[in-house]
Amino acid sequence: MQHELIIAGFGGQGVLSMGKILAYAGLMENKEVTWFPSYGPEQRGGTANVTVILSDERISSPVLNEYDIAIILNQPSLAKFENGVKPGGILIYDGYGITQPPKRNDIRIYEVDAMNTASAENMSKAFNMIILGGLLKTSPIVKLESVMAGLKKSLPERHHKFLPMNEKAILRGMEIIREANAG
Amino acid sequence: MIMETAEIIKPENLVYDKPRLLNDTPMHYCPGCSHGVVHKLVAEIIDEMELEEKTIGIAPVGCAVFAYNYIDIDWIEAAHGRAPAVASAVKRLNPDKMVFTYQGDGDLAAIGTAETIHACNRGENIVIIFINNAIYGMTGGQMAPTTLLAMPTATSPNGRDVALNGYPLKICDLLAQLEGTCLVARESVHTAAAVKKAKKMLRKAFENAMNEKGASIVEIVSTCVSGWKMTPDQANKWMVENMFPMYPLGILKDR
Amino acid sequence: MAEEVKLMKGNEAIAHAAIRYGTDGYFGYPITPQSEIMETLMEEKPWETTGMVVLQAESEVAAINMVYGGAACGKRVMTSSSSPGVSLKQEGISYMAGAELPGLIVNVMRGGPGLGTIQPSQADYFQTVKGGGHGDYRLITLAPASVQEMADHVALGFDLSFKYNNPAMILTDGVIGQMMEKVVLPEFRPRKTEEEIRAEQPWATLGKLKNRKPNIITSLELDSSIMEQNNIRFQTKYKTIEANEVLYEEIQCEDADYLIVAFGSAARISQKAIDIARKEGIKAGLFRPITLWPFPAKRLNEYKDKVKGILTVELNAGQMVEDVRLAVECKIPVNHYGRLGGIVPAPREVLNELKELK
Repeated sequence: MQHELIIAGFGGQGVLSMGKILAYAGLMENKEVTWFPSYGPEQRGGTANVTVILSDERISSPVLNEYDIAIILNQPSLAKFENGVKPGGILIYDGYGITQPPKRNDIRIYEVDAMNTASAENMSKAFNMIILGGLLKTSPIVKLESVMAGLKKSLPERHHKFLPMNEKAILRGMEIIREANAG
Repeated sequence: MIMETAEIIKPENLVYDKPRLLNDTPMHYCPGCSHGVVHKLVAEIIDEMELEEKTIGIAPVGCAVFAYNYIDIDWIEAAHGRAPAVASAVKRLNPDKMVFTYQGDGDLAAIGTAETIHACNRGENIVIIFINNAIYGMTGGQMAPTTLLAMPTATSPNGRDVALNGYPLKICDLLAQLEGTCLVARESVHTAAAVKKAKKMLRKAFENAMNEKGASIVEIVSTCVSGWKMTPDQANKWMVENMFPMYPLGILKDR
Repeated sequence: MAEEVKLMKGNEAIAHAAIRYGTDGYFGYPITPQSEIMETLMEEKPWETTGMVVLQAESEVAAINMVYGGAACGKRVMTSSSSPGVSLKQEGISYMAGAELPGLIVNVMRGGPGLGTIQPSQADYFQTVKGGGHGDYRLITLAPASVQEMADHVALGFDLSFKYNNPAMILTDGVIGQMMEKVVLPEFRPRKTEEEIRAEQPWATLGKLKNRKPNIITSLELDSSIMEQNNIRFQTKYKTIEANEVLYEEIQCEDADYLIVAFGSAARISQKAIDIARKEGIKAGLFRPITLWPFPAKRLNEYKDKVKGILTVELNAGQMVEDVRLAVECKIPVNHYGRLGGIVPAPREVLNELKELK
């Protein structure tokens, strides 16, 4: 089994770290993983994206142009990656700031109202974890406990006090994700 | 009483000798060149301080490129201008060794300016011996960064012109400003008294390096009989009259 | 005890592997996309544990000359940079080859020419395997294709460079440097003591003991008749390396009608293209040179009678393709596919080019 994901949004939204947590969760489950980020000035406020692959076998290309799952957090990324989702694949997006929502009808599209939820519920630092929760709900490619173990592994010790808040955000994301193109 | 030669050449009559570490390879330097004297001083100091087994010399590109042929210690021949970078690594990887560079004005103050300034600024525990004769000797007398104004060279045949070439670079004045240097001195070797003073300063520099006090630079204002197209005697006079006013001898920094 | 599986970037793996190898010194200058190498070393502070020296130099020029100095002392020393910085190092690499000094240089390639882009590229193939600096010399060149190989090639590169007293390079790119994968780091080895270095590298300039002549590290020899002999000695050494140190990987090549030849990140992408091709009924295989110099020309030559055509995939305008054509004596079609300026091709693009061969 192989899951190929792209996570894309603005720098500062936690795109790369969300990918990293997924990769660590994969490591916890003894999967093969690759994590390939866009790097450079994008990290400082432009668009950022990361390709994450979780697999039971040796992974060939860490660079892809089609994905099983796309997690999209801003309009430019939607324009860039909507067509990259494989037919039958999944697109998860946050509608905040999206003026032209995804249009494809050969894929499943989900919306997570993460930005609004994060600010309303004082979880803005865990915005990306709300999104991650949404992903785990629609496609449980890794177990929640692996994510928590991965989080613990990827966070420096001094940040471990934030683990409960992150878990809460993940669970909240699981609650609020909804299918966008059902109707 | 007439003494026989054999009676004269006796150890107890010895008043002066070639330093032990200076070997018998005939030097390629021109008669009257300052390099030979400075080599002798370096060889003497290494021997006197019993540093033969600990010393690594870094030779430059320039007339002193073959310094390694004359002093019997371990040597590394560096790329043009890079001796201070080479020396920095050698010393950091071998903190108990004595590491010095031996560089000319083009090597140290033109192509290697960045390496010189940064090695000094890092306070590397090395000695930089700087031969300033205001000309490129090895390549045939071209202009150096330290060439005096109006001084003719192969690449400034009508004399160094400020509009075209800028000013003579007093690099040691610059290096003395850096926190990483502990000793910056300017000496010469044109008289017996000057040689004695130069040796004292070089010895102090070597001691600083072994005591990890920072970077020490000893500039030797020198002659280049071939580049200057003068006899050794004329060259010494010309140096005193023209080089010394621009590059006054003395200690620029000692702490 | 089995070593722990870790997740890290290729650049970080190089830093950790260097500490574990018993490297004596690292000298570098920051440049994207490889700065994590020095950053990781500074974070790890190996001077407090193994005694390894880590120094941020004032330039890539200074850094490679620090490597030259360290290598002259018989030490295990390395530097890393990316394409524009590696251009600056070429003089020093030539001096190392001329003075027969070992040492490890890492080039995490980015798109050029000039300041170019910070995105991945393989456009320094010619520079690395055909010269780069001045003079007739060769650089042992390793092309890792995974984070694991980034770690493993540190030891391999150092070992080969010390075996032959010749500099070695790890030639990789932004994809392999920046991506995270699983890696098992090599075991810790102690750094060599001065006594060991004096015994194993008797040429090292560590101070002239009374019982030997001075050691002189130089590439200079004004007597051309001697300089020619030096060059002949170098060429003999290069022939030995070409005969003994070739490394490559063959994936599904046994029954292949078509071969993709690619190294590093391009090989990873091509492997995916081959997987898709096989599913579509095209018998394709991947030949991945691990040493780019010495190039696996002899092995590739055997394919000239076995496969119908070869596609080289490179993140450049067609550089290694020349060596592949020479290797198969132009007896079969050898096409090239490359993306330029930091663009990384997708597996589907490669597949389409593979189909063009038919």
